[in-house]
Amino acid sequence: MANTQEIKVKKGGITYHIIPTEKFKTNTFIFKFKAPLRKEDATKRALLANVLQSGTQQYPSRAKMRAYLDDLYGASFSIDLQKKGEYHIISISMEIANEQFLSVPEPLLDKAFTFLHEVIFRPLVKDRTFHPEIVKREKETLKQRIQALYDDKMRYANMRLIEEMCKDEPYSIPVNGILEDVDPITPENLYTYYEQVLNEDEIDLYIIGDLDPEGVVRRCEETFSFAERTPKHTEHERTFDRKEERVVVEKQEVAQGKLNIGYRTNIRYGDDDYFALQMFNGLFGGFPHSKLFINVREKASLAYYATSRLESHKGLILVMTGIETKNYERALAIIREQLQAMQKGDFTDKEIEQTKAVIHNQMLETLDTSRGLTEVLYHNVISKKNVTEKMWIDGINNVTKEDIVRVANKIVPDTVYFLSGMEA
Amino acid sequence: MEKIHFPQLKENLYYERLENGLDVYILPKAGFHKTYVTFTTKYGSIDNEFIPLGKNDFIRVPDGIAHFLEHKLFEKEDGDVFQRFSQQGASANAFTSFTRTAYLFSATRNVEENLKTLIEMVQTPYFTEQTVEKEKGIIGQEIQMYNDNPDWRLYFGTIQSMYHNHPVRIDIAGTVESIHEITKDMLYECYHTFYHPSNMLLFICGPVDPKNYMNWIRMNQAEKDYTNQPEIKRQSIDEPEEVREKRRVLKMNVLTPKCMVGIKSNKTGLQGEELLKTELSLQLLFDMLFSQSSDHYQKLYDEGLIDQTFSYDFTQEETFGFALFGGDTRKPDELAEAIIEILLQAKTGETLLPEHLERMKKKKIGYFLRAFNSPEFIANQFTRYAFNDMDLFQVVPMLEKITFNDVKDLAESFIDESRISICQILPQK
Repeated sequence: MANTQEIKVKKGGITYHIIPTEKFKTNTFIFKFKAPLRKEDATKRALLANVLQSGTQQYPSRAKMRAYLDDLYGASFSIDLQKKGEYHIISISMEIANEQFLSVPEPLLDKAFTFLHEVIFRPLVKDRTFHPEIVKREKETLKQRIQALYDDKMRYANMRLIEEMCKDEPYSIPVNGILEDVDPITPENLYTYYEQVLNEDEIDLYIIGDLDPEGVVRRCEETFSFAERTPKHTEHERTFDRKEERVVVEKQEVAQGKLNIGYRTNIRYGDDDYFALQMFNGLFGGFPHSKLFINVREKASLAYYATSRLESHKGLILVMTGIETKNYERALAIIREQLQAMQKGDFTDKEIEQTKAVIHNQMLETLDTSRGLTEVLYHNVISKKNVTEKMWIDGINNVTKEDIVRVANKIVPDTVYFLSGMEA
Repeated sequence: MEKIHFPQLKENLYYERLENGLDVYILPKAGFHKTYVTFTTKYGSIDNEFIPLGKNDFIRVPDGIAHFLEHKLFEKEDGDVFQRFSQQGASANAFTSFTRTAYLFSATRNVEENLKTLIEMVQTPYFTEQTVEKEKGIIGQEIQMYNDNPDWRLYFGTIQSMYHNHPVRIDIAGTVESIHEITKDMLYECYHTFYHPSNMLLFICGPVDPKNYMNWIRMNQAEKDYTNQPEIKRQSIDEPEEVREKRRVLKMNVLTPKCMVGIKSNKTGLQGEELLKTELSLQLLFDMLFSQSSDHYQKLYDEGLIDQTFSYDFTQEETFGFALFGGDTRKPDELAEAIIEILLQAKTGETLLPEHLERMKKKKIGYFLRAFNSPEFIANQFTRYAFNDMDLFQVVPMLEKITFNDVKDLAESFIDESRISICQILPQK
């Protein structure tokens, strides 16, 4: 991005992104492995992320890996999964103190490179198979994690909405995979999948901190090596427009009902209308000054949270609120009225300015963390666009009321999901 | 204005106590876009029995009132202050804990206007019958949201099983019933007792010029007619050492059981350096026992008793404190037993090793450096420390000072079977 210096170097199957900055007391590494989201791979991918954290040849257990990280002044290390549109991303992150802040200097940056190499290229493998005990154990953990979603009703309602709304689309596959698909995984087929990830995924590495870019690129090239490949892409998605809104009601023993609504926008990151869609979401439900907060919470006193968010790479708007079960009809009616108001242009210039200011602020704040910065830059990899910070800021600034109304009228309600208490 | 330099962290902190008693701290952060400001009162959910300003007798206020007051400070005669913040491009928020209520914003421009909005908001209460009634529906739903959250229920269930009388056992937001008793007059009474500048701290962290900001704040506060306020009288709390119940089981609509073990602290009454040393030493002890690099963690994990949700924490405030250990588990009874066994072994000192302490010290120093990337961490933690007469910037030197014997002695005196409780969440069906 414009104010952010990003040095990009492509080498074989990996692209390095070096972002030198003096504002952090740490250096951050974030690997992104990207593949299309597919049912046959998703659960293996989730399991692989866990297995890679369970031991390497030099550090053959979780405890040994963690002990080494602790010795590196408590370096943080994690492997997690994300859905970005219909891609399934593995992120391997490591954050380590910048050695200049230590009273006794240690070559921490160098050790971080070595450790990341160890994790990615030297997992605990024998005869082209992962360690059976570790795989067995991690399968249990993964099952428990998939099941735990049921216990967090806010996340559960969100997952159920997507499951109903995107039934026939890869997007409905949960980020941690599917319970029934865990058992059939073997140490052998997981290893085959690991090789597939190394050979076929699109790979990016972001390195952020107070560092010398040339030296870092050199060190990257010495350490990592990925063969050239043609990354796989998800097919260009069809436009889904439901003729009629679907309503799904599920009853459970809950103190609070969860009302989640999904809308199709058919506008994605990098599209011409994307900035107007951001503005739409800001006015509609993204902030405490938005219509949902004001009308569902402040005026009607029905909820504590009432918000909407944008799934930028899938082009969805998702509304969520928690209400008393008996207020379902009322809340739904108020939310529908807010969309109609947006479509009629029932918002002021002052509200537009306010929303621009908050979106701008939010963006700059995101750039203040190394993780946030990486996510912002990575949007361009997913969307295959090159949106710079300046384009972003100008894009938001140039949105007019007409643009927002036009976008509002493209928004189609798709599915209403209500997790209802038993009383109704 | 005082300037305190921290060479190892490459930071400067500016401080002044204003005439009305307000403590103001400014930590400039070059290179950041964002300025983060907190305005905090030393008043939380546990302060529920006190002598109101200008009165002679103790009163007991409804559960959840500090949190209710936090919500209501955002509403004024001319509307919602959230609106003003967002017009000025800021994002505002607030939170109430056991011991503090904090109001905050972050902004990348118009910092001075937003600072003014924050100060005016907190220093100009406006409560009416009607706005108080309206809030009951909103907070009622906030409470219900937490009632459905098994992790929150587990956390509070453990505290409630440990404490007999201490108000820490009361949910911060209160209950749907208790908040119905709240009136505007009660809110004013709490406000006037606890929101005097001498009970508050303002922290600014961001790319700001400390001198200008300090001057501006000094002038802003001098214009207001605060008079000296007598010391706040909080009711003392009579709390036995041992736990209220050894075990509490809650049935909820969940699939995976959860289990937490709590140790009720006997280290009350400490402040300042003594508190800092005790808190850090015990945190190091629990890191030695349960961090992911420990043999115990690996064993519990291999036996299928814990997964990545396992966590542990220790906090000590002046009048209460607890250590908590637990997470999701398929075998809640076995996990409880295993944790308690590890703790009781540690009490004997036999399982503790000096090299583990050294590793955990390094880990904690690194964690602390990482946390200094975060203005949120600095402002919130600094305030919590200051309210307990501790200095956040003394954490690293104190960590370096703590010896193996300090940790061993604390393990001996802190861990005790009579102060251990278990709380479990089990599936209904």
